[in-house]
Amino acid sequence: MSAMVPATDGVGAFLARRARWSPLEIAFWVFAFATIWLFPGKHLILTETAILALFALSLDLILGYAGIISLGQAAFFGVAGYFSGLVAKYGIVNEPIIALLLSGLVAAALGFVTSVLVLRGSDLTRLMVTLGVALMLGELANRYSNITGGADGLQGVTIAPIFGVFRFDMFGHTGYVYCLIALFVCFVIVRRIVYSPFGLSLRSLKGNTLRASAIGIPVNRRLVAVYTVSAGIAGIAGALLTQTTAFCSLDVFSLERSADLLLVLIIGGTGYLYGGLIGAVIYKFLQDWIASLTPQYWQFWIGLVLVAIVLVGRERVDGWITALRVAIARLGARLVTRPAALGS
Amino acid sequence: MPILETIDLEKRFGGVTAAHGVSLAIEKGARHALIGPNGAGKTTLINLLTGVLKPTAGSIMLDGRDITALAPYQRVRLGMARTFQINQLFSDLTPLETIGLAVSERLGLGTDWWRLVGSKPAVTDEIVEIGERFRLTDVMHERTAILPYGKQRLLEIALAFACRPHVLLLDEPAAGVPDAERHELLATIAALPEDVTVLLIEHDMDLVFSFADRISVLVNGGLLVEGAPEDVARDPRVKAVYLGEELDA
Repeated sequence: MSAMVPATDGVGAFLARRARWSPLEIAFWVFAFATIWLFPGKHLILTETAILALFALSLDLILGYAGIISLGQAAFFGVAGYFSGLVAKYGIVNEPIIALLLSGLVAAALGFVTSVLVLRGSDLTRLMVTLGVALMLGELANRYSNITGGADGLQGVTIAPIFGVFRFDMFGHTGYVYCLIALFVCFVIVRRIVYSPFGLSLRSLKGNTLRASAIGIPVNRRLVAVYTVSAGIAGIAGALLTQTTAFCSLDVFSLERSADLLLVLIIGGTGYLYGGLIGAVIYKFLQDWIASLTPQYWQFWIGLVLVAIVLVGRERVDGWITALRVAIARLGARLVTRPAALGS
Repeated sequence: MPILETIDLEKRFGGVTAAHGVSLAIEKGARHALIGPNGAGKTTLINLLTGVLKPTAGSIMLDGRDITALAPYQRVRLGMARTFQINQLFSDLTPLETIGLAVSERLGLGTDWWRLVGSKPAVTDEIVEIGERFRLTDVMHERTAILPYGKQRLLEIALAFACRPHVLLLDEPAAGVPDAERHELLATIAALPEDVTVLLIEHDMDLVFSFADRISVLVNGGLLVEGAPEDVARDPRVKAVYLGEELDA
């Protein structure tokens, strides 16, 4: 952070520079897409990771930016999961991409309707209310098993090829590319939101709603808007799971799914967009690795890691990451300035 | 016509009456001070004016328009902004972001979710201008949480000012500011544009009498006296309930 005096045109330039994609971010995404060719044997778990990352991104948007904590993101994940399964099963919408967008819209609509429940109250009431909504929807899906397949899950879902060309194969190659692109597109949108005036107003809501309304921000409307967007993204994640597995079961609504999301964000951190992504990668691969060591007791080790993270303290971990980032930025600056110096 | 007016404003909390038949008229361009002992209901009155509290009875007019039923953010959009006695800032944002937020909102960009903050010169020009006016230029990129208290107080006013209010309510702007930083704060308050009407709530009598051209005295939720500073200072009732020693000295 430099404390230099901004010139008149410096402020605009500063804000634009800040929102530019950093080399580290570009490297992150280049590597993410490179995994398509680097690890063809890992596409199934990578698909799960991308879906989890997108799902976590939806929570980061409301938690990390607007300060809304939720234990019920699975409600949107699940509704869209079933919706995309049903439209595919009955051949209502065959094109997966259109079905995916529709599923997102359905989840967003549900988010819009239920957003009124998170407008008031403390973090604790929000946790309970959002959890309650997810539990109710899960029970509804169980009750109407003639539609959802109940405890057996939604059977007989066939997902048509994307654009009628790219068939979902059993090794998950198509599915992974599809999920990665969906994740990237959603990420770009969320990134735009975060650096926009709307995104800035979200951060003010997280900080101080009293003051936010005292500078003319309609607090409730903003909360409804971001909750709706977040629900839509969670919905897209849910639909991706159904589409890539050609299956949907009641556990899409489970408390565990929402709770996993909080764990992912605890591991990865909130409020800088990459927390959900990095957290999802660590969580999935940790889970996979530990499960291969002790198939039965892997949750013990996950629990231990969580306790360790909390004890070490997020801030300290953030400090390490910041130090690393600064070091890389310095290295980058040196690499950039050296040729210029030689040229002059 | 007064720019801000309350008519028989009443606020009861259960059995306690915090505002009682308050009829206050603030003239356009005035430097109006509201004083009164602790517990007189000054903060309640500010909260009623800004819409944080809803009155039990009575009405509030801004620029001839009844705003009694409007939400706080709507009143801001109609041109009334406030500062807080205890800083209400966005501790994780920088002054640049904080002011940019308020300016963007005022220009109706708050729902713009695609363009960058500050992609319009109208926004960035105003960030610079307000930063200079409130002497924040050298701390524009610091996190608000780590700013010196005096700078935070300045930002508190800058943030309200960024809403371009016709009426600015200052709730004890100098409260708790160390002497070293006080001068800067008072200078910026004195330099507020003349067309902005200011209602100042303050304990500090030096500030009140150097700044205000009109003073209202609030006691036990009701208006006791209103008048020019010298008249209020001479008023025996005011001396009796509140000012006594301080003014005699």
